[in-house]
Amino acid sequence: MAQPLVKKDDDRDDEAEFSPFLGIEKGAVLQEARVFNDPQLDARRCSQVITKLLYLLNQGETFTKTEATEVFFSVTKLFQSRDIALRRMVYLMIKELSPSADEVIIVTSSLMKDMNSKTDMYRANAIRVLCRITDGTLLTQIERYLKQAIVDKNPIVASAALVSGIHLLQTNPEIVKRWSNEVQETVQSRAALVQFHALALLHQIRQSDRLAVSKLVTSLTRGTVRSPLAQCLLICFTSQVIRESNMNNQTGDRPFYDYLEGCLRHKAEMVIFEAARAITELSGVTSRELTPAITVLQLFLSSSKPVLRFAAVRTLNKVAMTHPMAITNCNIDMESLISDQNRSIATLAITTLLKTGNESSVDRLMKQITNFMSDIADEFKIVVVDAIRSLCLKFPLKYRSLMNFLSNILREEGGFDYKKAIVDSIVILIRDIPDAKESGLLHLCEFIEDCEFTYLSTQILHFLGIEGPKTSDPSKYIRYIYNRVILENATVRASAVSTLAKFGAMVDSLKPRIFVLLRRCLFDSDDEVRDRATLYLSMLGGDGAIVETDKDVKDFLFGSLNVPLVNLETSLKNYVQEPSEELFDIDSVPKEVKSQPLAAEKKAPGKKPAGLGAAPAAPTSTVDAYEKLISSIPEFSSFGKLSKSSTPVELTEAETEYAVNVVKHIFDGHVVFQYNCTNTIPEQLLENVSVIVDASDAEEFSEVSSKPLRSLPYDSPGQTFVVFEKPDGVPAVGKFSNMLKFVVKEVDPATGEAEEDGVEDEYQLEDLEVVAADYMVKLGVSNFRNAWESMGPHFERVDEYGLGPRESLAEAVSSVINLLGMQPCEGTEVVPTNSRSHTCLLSGVFMSSAKVLVRLSFGIDGPKAVAMKLSVRSEDESISDAIHDIVSSG
Amino acid sequence: MAWSFYWNNHDTCPTIKSILVLDSEGKRIAVKYYSDDWPTNSAKSAFEKSVFTKTQKTNARSEAEIAMFDNNIVVYKFIQDLHFFVTGGDDENEIIMATVLQGFVDAVSLLLRNNVDKMEALENLDLILLCLDEIVDGGMVLETDGSIIAGKVSSHSMDDASPLAEQTISQALATAREHLTRSLLR
Repeated sequence: MAQPLVKKDDDRDDEAEFSPFLGIEKGAVLQEARVFNDPQLDARRCSQVITKLLYLLNQGETFTKTEATEVFFSVTKLFQSRDIALRRMVYLMIKELSPSADEVIIVTSSLMKDMNSKTDMYRANAIRVLCRITDGTLLTQIERYLKQAIVDKNPIVASAALVSGIHLLQTNPEIVKRWSNEVQETVQSRAALVQFHALALLHQIRQSDRLAVSKLVTSLTRGTVRSPLAQCLLICFTSQVIRESNMNNQTGDRPFYDYLEGCLRHKAEMVIFEAARAITELSGVTSRELTPAITVLQLFLSSSKPVLRFAAVRTLNKVAMTHPMAITNCNIDMESLISDQNRSIATLAITTLLKTGNESSVDRLMKQITNFMSDIADEFKIVVVDAIRSLCLKFPLKYRSLMNFLSNILREEGGFDYKKAIVDSIVILIRDIPDAKESGLLHLCEFIEDCEFTYLSTQILHFLGIEGPKTSDPSKYIRYIYNRVILENATVRASAVSTLAKFGAMVDSLKPRIFVLLRRCLFDSDDEVRDRATLYLSMLGGDGAIVETDKDVKDFLFGSLNVPLVNLETSLKNYVQEPSEELFDIDSVPKEVKSQPLAAEKKAPGKKPAGLGAAPAAPTSTVDAYEKLISSIPEFSSFGKLSKSSTPVELTEAETEYAVNVVKHIFDGHVVFQYNCTNTIPEQLLENVSVIVDASDAEEFSEVSSKPLRSLPYDSPGQTFVVFEKPDGVPAVGKFSNMLKFVVKEVDPATGEAEEDGVEDEYQLEDLEVVAADYMVKLGVSNFRNAWESMGPHFERVDEYGLGPRESLAEAVSSVINLLGMQPCEGTEVVPTNSRSHTCLLSGVFMSSAKVLVRLSFGIDGPKAVAMKLSVRSEDESISDAIHDIVSSG
Repeated sequence: MAWSFYWNNHDTCPTIKSILVLDSEGKRIAVKYYSDDWPTNSAKSAFEKSVFTKTQKTNARSEAEIAMFDNNIVVYKFIQDLHFFVTGGDDENEIIMATVLQGFVDAVSLLLRNNVDKMEALENLDLILLCLDEIVDGGMVLETDGSIIAGKVSSHSMDDASPLAEQTISQALATAREHLTRSLLR
C-alpha cells in the first residue's frame, strides 16, 4: 500500500459510485422485503431483495428477533414460486436465518415436498436445508427419505444426504447409525465425490469399532477408490489402523505399508503428499521405510507451485526433528529455498537446515541466515531463534559463533516476543553450556543497558543475581546492575537492588562495596526500592560489622517459594475477603499443582520450558471445588487440612445404568472417599444411596462413618461419602471393594412422579485402591538443578531397578511417573521417539510436608528391557527410603 | 452455524474453516465461516484483516500462494482486485485446500464469464454466495471441480413439472436469460 493517501481516497470514491450496494440500509431493505407477500410474485425482484439481505448479513449486520421472524415468514411465502433461481436463494436465506424450532415447522412441508421433487437440484438442496435446521423428532419423520436419498442414482442428491449425515451424526448419532447399510452400499459408488462422502460417513459411524474400521480399510485398499479425496481419506484411516495394530504386534512387517508406498505413485499430488506425510508420521519409522517418501517430497521442493513446496518443506521439517540423517539428501534443494519468495517456505527451509546441518556447516549457515534475518517478520525470526538454540545445544563447541549471532540480533530492532525468545535462548545456553556462561552474561548485561522492556530487564537482573556471583569475577557485573538503579523505572530499580543484595550475600569480598551502593538506595524516591534496600541491609548486617551470611538469609534470598503462585493468590484473595484476627499462614496454601487443561498445551506446541524460571501458571480447577465441598461438611472439619484430592477414578464401565466414580481425599489421619453417583435411567428414582465398603484388604484402615445420599433422581449427580481412619502420618495403602446400595422407586415418565414403594437393591462396583502416590502432592520447581543442589546430598538414596521388558521407553517413563504421582519438571516427561536413554526429573511433596526431588535415569538394556536408576533427595532419610519402597513394591 | 461444534471429532476428514473473498483493500465481498473459531463479527473482521495484511504484499496471481500463522493455513489467489482465500487448521493437507481454492476460483471465473473483478462480483453476488454454498457444506468439501460447481449454480432451468403456458413473462425472460448463460458457459 505504497500509494499516497489522497489517491486512495479518490479510488474509493470512484468505486463506490458503481457498487450495487451503495448506501444500502437495513431498514430500507426490510421494507423492500414486503414484495415477498405480493400475490403476483416477481421472481427476479424477490431474488434481488434476498441477495441484499444476504449481503447485509454477510457484512456483519444482525437482525433482531422480530426482524428475523418477519423475514423468515415472508420468505416462506416464496415457495409458491416455481422459479429455480429464486428457490435457490430461498434455501440460502433459510439456512442463514437458522430459524427456531416452531418456525421450522412452517417450512417443513414445503421442504419435504421439494425433497421428493423430480428436480435433482431441489432434492439435493432441500435435504441440506432440512437437515441443517431440523431437530431429532423431525428427523425420524424424514429418515426414510434420507435413506433413499443416500442410494439415489443422482450423485448430487446422494452427496447431499451423506454430508448431512456426517453433520447429523454429531447431534443424533443413534439415528444416523441406522443408515450404515445404505452408506456401505454407496461406498462402492461410481461417482467420485459420493464415494468420498460415503467413506467419511461410514468411518465416523464405525469409529469406535476398531475391527470394523480395520475391515473397511482392508477391503478398500484392495479395491478401487476413484476420487483423490477419498484416497486421501483412506490413507488417513490406514495410518490410524497401523497405529492401533502396532500396539499388538511389535515384530514382523508393518501391515499396509505397501499400500502407503503404492500411493506415492498415484497421479494426484494430494494423494502422493498425504501418503508421504502418513509414512513420515508412522511411529518408530525406519529409514528404509522413510526413503521413498523423502524422495517424492524432495521432488516437490523444486516444484513451481508454492503450495507444493510449502507442504514438502513443512513435512521434512518435522522429519528433521526425529530423523535428521534421513533428509540430508535434500539439503541442496533446501538451501536454494532460503531465498524463496514465500517467507513461510524460506523460514521452514532454514530451520530444517539448522536441524540437519553438521558441525562443519554451522558457520556457513549462520552467514546465510544473517542476510535473511533482516527481511522477515518477527514471528519467523522467533522460529529461527528457537532452531538456533537447539542447534547450539547439539553442537556445544560452536557456542561462540551462535552466541555471537544471538547477541547481534539482540541489538537489532525487534518486538517484545522476539527479544524475549532471544533472551530465553541465551539463558538456556548459559545454563547448559558452562563455557558460554561468562560471555552470555556479558551480552545480557549489555542488552539491559538499552532495554525498553521492563519485564525483560527484571528477568535478566534476577538471573544475574543467581548466576553472576558464581563467576570468576563477579565484580564486573556490579556496574551494569547499579546503572539500573540510577537510570531506570521503579520496577527495574527494585529488582536491581535485590540483585545487588544477592551479590553481597554470596561474595564476601564485595560486601563492603555493596553496602555503600545499597545505602545510596535508601534515598530512592520509590517506596519499594527503599524498603528492599533497608531490608537487605539489615539482613546482610550492613548497618554494623561484617558478619558471615547465615543459612536463613541465603534461603530467604535464593530459596524458591514452595507453593504455586496461583494457589497463593487464591488463598490471599480468600483471606482478604473474610477478614479475621489471625495472621495469614503460608502453610495453609494448598501445594497441589493443578493440572493444566489440554487446550493450553495445544496453544504452545513443542514449547521448551520457559528460560527465565517462571513457575508454570496453573489455572484453577476442580481441586478448589473439592476443598470447598469438603470444608462445607461439618463432620469433616475436625480432620485438619486437606492435603490432597485425587482425580476421579471410575468404578463403573461407561454407559452402565449407574455411573459412579470416586475421589480420594487424604487428610493426616483420615481418608474420605467421595463417591460421585449418576443415575442414567429416566424411569428410576434412587433413595438412601450409600456405598458399602469392605476394607478387609486394607488392614491399617478402619471405617469411622458414612454419609448416605438421600435421593438420586435421573441425570443429576449426587455424592455419598465414606470416612476411614488411618494411623497419623503413615502412608498406609490398601484395597477396598465397593457395593452400591439403594432403594429403587419407579418413576412415571409422563408425570415425573415416583411411586410410593421402593425395592432395595445392590449394584457391584469395581475395587478401589489407596496407593502411595495418593500421599504425594505434585509440586513443580522452576529450576530443578538449583533445587537439587540446594537440597544437598545428605539424605540422597540411589538404587538401580530392572523394569523388565516394556513396550517402549516412553511407556516405562510414564508408568513410573504415575506410580510416584510426582510433578515432572522442565518437560522431561516427554521422551523423544527412538531414543535409547532418558533422564526424567520429578518433584513433589510427600505426606503434606516433606519436599522430595527425584532424578530418574532410564536406559534400554538388552531387547526391550528397561533399566532405571532412581536417585531421591529429600530432607529426611526415612522419606527418601519411603520413595524407594514405593518403586520396589510397585 | 448450529452444528460446527464437532470440530474435535474431525481429526481425519479434511475440513475447511473458512472461505473469504476480499477486495484489494481487505474489505469483505463475500465470506463464509464453517467453524466456531471466530464467534463474533469483530473476531471475523480481525481475522480477515490479519489474513489480508499478511498476504497483500505477495504475488499470488499465476499460482496459488500459501501462508501459515496462528495455527491456520491460508491458501490464496488474487485475480484483478479480488483476493480469494481458503483457510483451514494447521494439520490439514495443504494440497487439498489448494484444490478447493482452485475449484472455487474456476467456478467464479466461469460464472462471471471471465470478468473476475470486484464490480462484477458485487453485481452477481447471488452467484458467488451460491457458489460458496455448493463448494463446502459445514466444513466438508462438497465438490472441487469448478465447472461442476458453476453448473450447479447456474442450472436455473424451469421446474420440469410446470408447463410452459403457466409461465409469466418475467419467468419466460428468466428462462431465456438462463439458456443464454448456459450456452455461453459451454
